[in-house]
Amino acid sequence: MRKRSGSQLNVVAGCRKYGLSLWQCPQFLFLLMGVFTVAVSIASYLIGTSFISEPEVVALIDIAVTLILFIISYVITRNFERLAEISRLKTEFINIVSHQLRSPLTNLKWTVDFLELKEWDKESEKKEEYFSVVKENINRMMELIDDLLVVSRLEQETIPLIKKEVALDKMIEEMISQFKSFAEASNIKIEFHRQENLPKIFIDVSQMKLIIENLIDNAIRYTRGGGKVEIKLEKNGDNSIYFEIKDSGVGIPKEDQKYIFQKFFRAENAMKDQTRGTGLGLYMVKSIVEKSGGKIGFHSEEGKGTTFFFTLPIK
Amino acid sequence: MAKKILFIEDEQTLQKTLGDILRKEGYEVINALNGEIGLRLAKTEKPDLILLDLILPVVDGFEVLRHIKNNPKIKEIPIVVLTNLDKMEDVERALQAGATTYLIKTDYGLAEVIEKIKKIIGD
Repeated sequence: MRKRSGSQLNVVAGCRKYGLSLWQCPQFLFLLMGVFTVAVSIASYLIGTSFISEPEVVALIDIAVTLILFIISYVITRNFERLAEISRLKTEFINIVSHQLRSPLTNLKWTVDFLELKEWDKESEKKEEYFSVVKENINRMMELIDDLLVVSRLEQETIPLIKKEVALDKMIEEMISQFKSFAEASNIKIEFHRQENLPKIFIDVSQMKLIIENLIDNAIRYTRGGGKVEIKLEKNGDNSIYFEIKDSGVGIPKEDQKYIFQKFFRAENAMKDQTRGTGLGLYMVKSIVEKSGGKIGFHSEEGKGTTFFFTLPIK
Repeated sequence: MAKKILFIEDEQTLQKTLGDILRKEGYEVINALNGEIGLRLAKTEKPDLILLDLILPVVDGFEVLRHIKNNPKIKEIPIVVLTNLDKMEDVERALQAGATTYLIKTDYGLAEVIEKIKKIIGD
């Protein structure tokens, strides 16, 4: 008896260790099913002997028991699926992170190798060039680590939110001017249409910037060979602010659309266009919008373009 | 005559570092920033060696490898895969598709990569 309660405790501790609640923990559910099966066998024997003249009752109990066992097995399978999904995400995480860190790392390593060979002694103009390469690659690695930290903090809800009254239109204008050179280099025109006298919203500034930055960056990045990005900002009737960003880019293939907000997901055509990218941007954007009480959505047609839109409550 | 190397790689930094060194070593280096351009240049330039990244825009490295090895006119060109994909299945897939060597970028310094190239096509 002591031994049994001991092993049960182990199951509970095991489930806790993985951060699973008992109802999500296959080990516990198996144990429960085992206990239930034994108990039910004994019960049906006893019931069967007392209702020997009424086989309908016994059959009914039998059906009920089967149903319960079926439900428990269903829950167990679903939980296994969830665990498999977590395991898949972990693999994706390692693949993407290792690749996204390794590329700038190789750049750094080879640049240092090059400088070490003293080849640049003879060509001092190259020195500057190579130092800017080093800086750019260090920034790339830092950006990835920043993104990962933001995601992890968003998930654990440990980001201290510093909410302030923000004039979203001013902020968007600033962000657009920051993207000016990138947009020009990609031959893209950014247009901003906004309603007059928009009320301020109460939100964390750095998180809001992260949303706008990611959406503008995506819109430019995935619009090949020039085009137009249109941003719209207006007040909704239900006391919320409506933001929309429309590009004339590559669009999101239909089969990829349902995964677009998932962590580490990158659409196949996006991969073909841009081998860099973590698949974290839209995941962050969605988490922040939803945590701020808003809603986000998009519509997209492959080859024609994508429109992302979100709402945020004014107060 | 200088030996010709086609370098298919989307990281411009690597194009520069390795490209610059190879040129100093006396090779002629042609750069391609994506798989499609790389494939086209492989046909028109007939290089003596191809350095090939696997994760590439437009057409990925595995596709490039397959196309080259299926084209009788260029299938003899040695291909050195230079990538950061380090999974065993990727290595096997590339070697089976006909790659001469498979080098994982972060595992090799510039000097070692050049060594490998020299071994395959000479100075």
